[in-house]
Amino acid sequence: MSIIIDKNTRVLVQGITGKEGSFHTEQMIKYGTNVVAGVTPGKGGEKILGVPVFNTVSEAVKAASANASIIFVPAFAAADAVYEAIDAGIKTIIIITDGVPTSDMIKVKQKCADNNIVLIGPNCPGIITVGQCKMGIMPGDIFIPGNVGLISRSGTLTYELADALSKAGFGQSTCVGIGGDPVIGSSFKDILKHFKNDAQTKLVVLIGEIGGSQEEEAAEFIKENGMKAVAFIAGRTAPKGKRMGHAGAIVSGSSGTAEAKIEALTKAGIPVADTTYEAAELVKKVLENEKTKV
Amino acid sequence: MDEFLSLGIKILHYARVRGCEGAKHGGKMLIHEYQAKELIGALGVALPRGNMAETAADASKIAEELGVKVVVKAQVHAGGRGKAGGVKLADNSKSALDAASSILGMKIKGLTVEKVLVEEAINIDKEFYIGITLDRSKAKNCFMFSPMGGVDIEDVAVSHPEQIFKQYIDPYLGLQDYQIRKMIYPLGLNKEQNKQLSDFMKKLYLAYEKYDCSLAEINPLVLTKEGNFIAADAKINIDDNALFRHPDLLKYRESSEEDEIEKIARQKNIAYVRLGGDVGVIGNGAGLVMTTLDMVARYGGKAANFLDIGGGANENTVKQSLEIVLMDKNVKGVLFNIFGGIVRCDDVANGIIKATQSMDIKVPLVIRLCGTREKEGREILKNSNLIPAEDMSRGAEKIVKLVAAGHKSALKGRKRCQ
Repeated sequence: MSIIIDKNTRVLVQGITGKEGSFHTEQMIKYGTNVVAGVTPGKGGEKILGVPVFNTVSEAVKAASANASIIFVPAFAAADAVYEAIDAGIKTIIIITDGVPTSDMIKVKQKCADNNIVLIGPNCPGIITVGQCKMGIMPGDIFIPGNVGLISRSGTLTYELADALSKAGFGQSTCVGIGGDPVIGSSFKDILKHFKNDAQTKLVVLIGEIGGSQEEEAAEFIKENGMKAVAFIAGRTAPKGKRMGHAGAIVSGSSGTAEAKIEALTKAGIPVADTTYEAAELVKKVLENEKTKV
Repeated sequence: MDEFLSLGIKILHYARVRGCEGAKHGGKMLIHEYQAKELIGALGVALPRGNMAETAADASKIAEELGVKVVVKAQVHAGGRGKAGGVKLADNSKSALDAASSILGMKIKGLTVEKVLVEEAINIDKEFYIGITLDRSKAKNCFMFSPMGGVDIEDVAVSHPEQIFKQYIDPYLGLQDYQIRKMIYPLGLNKEQNKQLSDFMKKLYLAYEKYDCSLAEINPLVLTKEGNFIAADAKINIDDNALFRHPDLLKYRESSEEDEIEKIARQKNIAYVRLGGDVGVIGNGAGLVMTTLDMVARYGGKAANFLDIGGGANENTVKQSLEIVLMDKNVKGVLFNIFGGIVRCDDVANGIIKATQSMDIKVPLVIRLCGTREKEGREILKNSNLIPAEDMSRGAEKIVKLVAAGHKSALKGRKRCQ
């Protein structure tokens, strides 16, 4: 088992002929992802990397039975791409594109909620179910299969943590980069709900950062549901009032500080790692405790 | 109302404090009061008569033309201008000249005032607050209204939370009339006032949607002694990500950074924040760069900056980034921390090599490359004098040691000279 995507997922790439779209389609195929179709309006009938290209999503769904879509189209076209995918019956949508207007995302998020769509992103690295399916831009070879789930607000930090876990011998089930924009498709809590019902995932690593209150909400959810988790928070030394790259990554007043998040997580019984390397040690500790209990 | 305290005010505070930001990832463009008034005025919002001036003489002229008591207000991208002495009343054109002279050139929170708005003073009977911003946790826009305007809305939320009314806006429907009625009817205003107030709310919402704002507020919205509503102040922030839809608004783009290097970085569309230490940091991805800063601190170093080369970085971005970091003369060494995903390590390596060839770099550069095309990247760096690091932790340790050693040898050098 795993969450959201697996080896049976039939992937569609929206924006497959663009620079990023084609580069990462190649990487996804190399990883073993079942990329069944691509869409670029005006390029229907062509083939790229052996994948048939269609003008519209509904054609791609009809001809290739795609059931999940990864979006690389430019920011101005991202919302339209999501609506088109929903219209064609796609239920899992990942937006890699960055720079999507917030006003577009507010409507996209509502539309997805109304249609029971799992939406991840925008401005995120995507999702990988290790050894089965990669719908994203993460380097595939740093992941090894196992039973640790991973959720992250930051792209590259996801790679850093996954790499540390793999090197320490802890494989991953599914890793999800949720993105750092003001409005995102899935929050920590949304993804935790999936992990909760996944038999393969024994423990979840949360990679948070300063700003907002998602970590606090996640801590509460983990505690309520008796899940196992380890956390890492980026931005401990970030000065107040300075936005650190992500729109959400800012400490304003007393809210959103790393200390507040670490306190909430610790209170919920979730160990918080000081460094990315320590995260792997904490995972080991929590999983070993589990074994001795049994 | 507790909910408001915990949410509404936090988001409003957030929307305001988010001031000093780089160009990337959903930031916002700040515009001046007089520009915000141009935008809402075009939609038919009632405003005091007035104009913007860049010299005291022009300010005086505007006051003379208005022929009434005026208020002279600093136009600057910083809050608290009233408290800082950036708002002054003037009875005539002579005192307007004095007021403008004292305000122009003054510094408010590190920013120099270069413009003033000269407007007719209004006879205030009551002050209200109306504003719209995004509530991130609900992913919906929130309309807020309070009969206690004129003061900081955050303060009202603490002292009189029951005096703030809010309505979440349906993403498909927009602000509805019934929502306005729910907010304003409890006040017991007369029919004409209700009509005017509701009209103001609709127009502000229209502006918020039309210009892709992240914040739009009128505070105070004044009810004059003559019985009319008028927008005494206006504040609008625009979503940077949506600017492609509003080429006409680009003329409002002004640097709000007090730091010269931050200003240059912004022009080059590079997310850079100056932090004051001596260890330059360049990485890809905000989270990774933040963690690198934490790691530098862990080894006893002080980071000079935050710099995220971003997802679409190429050779040129890398070169420009290094140039920007080295503009800070305090920088005694630079740590590159790259975990390639969409960014390719060979591009980064080529960028660093090009930069070192075209610049005379005297400080040590420690490079950590990992992920997409890592091998190719390392190969490119092999025959250079750049210092490789196996991982982030060792990279941070190395650069902190090198920077500390550099300080020591510099000290020794000085002693020898003596």
